[in-house]
Amino acid sequence: MAGGALIGVGSATLLLLNGRIAGVSGILGNVIRTTPGEQGWRIAFLIGLIIPALIFGAGSPLMPADWRWAGASGLLVGFGTALGSGCTSGHGVCGLANLSVRSLMATLVFMGSAMITVFVVRHSVAT
Amino acid sequence: MKFLTALFAGVLFGAGLLFSGMTDPANVLGFLDLFGAWRPQLALVMAGAVCVTAPAFLYVRRRGQDARGKPVALPDRRRIDAPLIAGAALFGIGWGLIGICPGPGIVLLSTGSGIAFVFMGAVIAGMAVLPLVRRAPPG
Repeated sequence: MAGGALIGVGSATLLLLNGRIAGVSGILGNVIRTTPGEQGWRIAFLIGLIIPALIFGAGSPLMPADWRWAGASGLLVGFGTALGSGCTSGHGVCGLANLSVRSLMATLVFMGSAMITVFVVRHSVAT
Repeated sequence: MKFLTALFAGVLFGAGLLFSGMTDPANVLGFLDLFGAWRPQLALVMAGAVCVTAPAFLYVRRRGQDARGKPVALPDRRRIDAPLIAGAALFGIGWGLIGICPGPGIVLLSTGSGIAFVFMGAVIAGMAVLPLVRRAPPG
């Protein structure tokens, strides 16, 4: 919960002091898409994301064993967030905080499809 | 100045992802696994983040500008169309496969794990493919 509040302080900061929405997929996508003058603050935000983990370490996260799963997942995440204009942060945090029906629908759909995927992978294929 | 505030916002956001456990796929998959040993904690993380962010959006929405007095154009809040639904569905499948979404994916680059670099490389490739698909003639 405290970590969640910190995520909120981060997105509120970007909104109030930069006038921008802290959607990670949108920010990343626009680094590769946008005109050079508009990249600076985006790159700064993305570098900021990594800094706490560089200082405190990221613990021992459960990474997938197979790079092919990571690649397939990444392609779906990249394509899907570009097509749907947002991810967990853009729709799930900022969109909901902005009382957006559009983001609520996106969040319900990606939560639902992620839960179905986990169900299929864990309970009907793997075991 | 806008670089410094963006960097600062990124540090806060990244610290939140790290300390909330969002950067460990074990927690994320546990949250998404309704029919296993369900771990509901990440719902509280999202609720906490939304509640703290909401007043900032209310402020900006009412004034039409941010705290610096600069105009802010907020995204459409109503339009629900096929790209939104299809994109969110595909994103969810990718997220559910390994439990990493874009923010935590970037944080996990700090581990130096090759898997994290493969994931983020594929995310960027997936984003880059979209305009090519859109531009292609139908059929």
